[in-house]
Amino acid sequence: MAETVGCARTSGTVSGETPAEPTPPVTIAPKEIPMTARVGQKAPDFTAPAYYKGSFGPVKLSDFAGKWVLLCFYPGDFTFV
Amino acid sequence: MSAVADKYPVLQGLGVEVISVSVDSHFVHKMWNDHELSKMVKGGVPFHMASDQAGNVGRAYGVWDENQGIELRGRFIIDPDGIIQAMEVLTPPVGRKFSESIRQIQAFQHVRASGGKEAMPAGWEPGKLTLKPGPELVGKVWEVWKPDME
Repeated sequence: MAETVGCARTSGTVSGETPAEPTPPVTIAPKEIPMTARVGQKAPDFTAPAYYKGSFGPVKLSDFAGKWVLLCFYPGDFTFV
Repeated sequence: MSAVADKYPVLQGLGVEVISVSVDSHFVHKMWNDHELSKMVKGGVPFHMASDQAGNVGRAYGVWDENQGIELRGRFIIDPDGIIQAMEVLTPPVGRKFSESIRQIQAFQHVRASGGKEAMPAGWEPGKLTLKPGPELVGKVWEVWKPDME
């Protein structure tokens, strides 16, 4: 028989009771960042670490204001397409 | 990305900058450039290769794949005012067609140069007919443009 500490049921059930279905572990949803990219709307600005011509440094989209920008996402380095 | 790197001079000729983004670190970008891409493209990658390890940039652009922890092939054309003019997103196994990006950039640049007074019919390429929307053109597009002109 499970010991109790104060009011806590350390076994999770009352003695003799069939344990209920285990509840799924709590998962923390990743930080919600709403998709804001839409044609005809301002491009979401960002700053990210980057490799550029032999050196490392941040790249900031809004630093390219006044120029056309082709922004390309891809699945990963050393992939095949 | 090597296809874009290879055609970078064409983009420069159109006044276009490139930023590539993936979830790899910038250190891995360097390795990929040094050990593979620089063997495909003379001089290596000429533009910024950004790292988005947490996927936050990808989320904002709707290309973050939660299940795989990667970014889908998303291509965005952003004008000098920072406005997204075009977007295209593909699942990983199919690559982009570079010439289509160029065609769209040229079309949007033409629209901008016309002050928004001209529109580009389907399949427009430089030198082809543009449309000038206005009261006279309503219901009369068939007189000047036909689908086989695409």
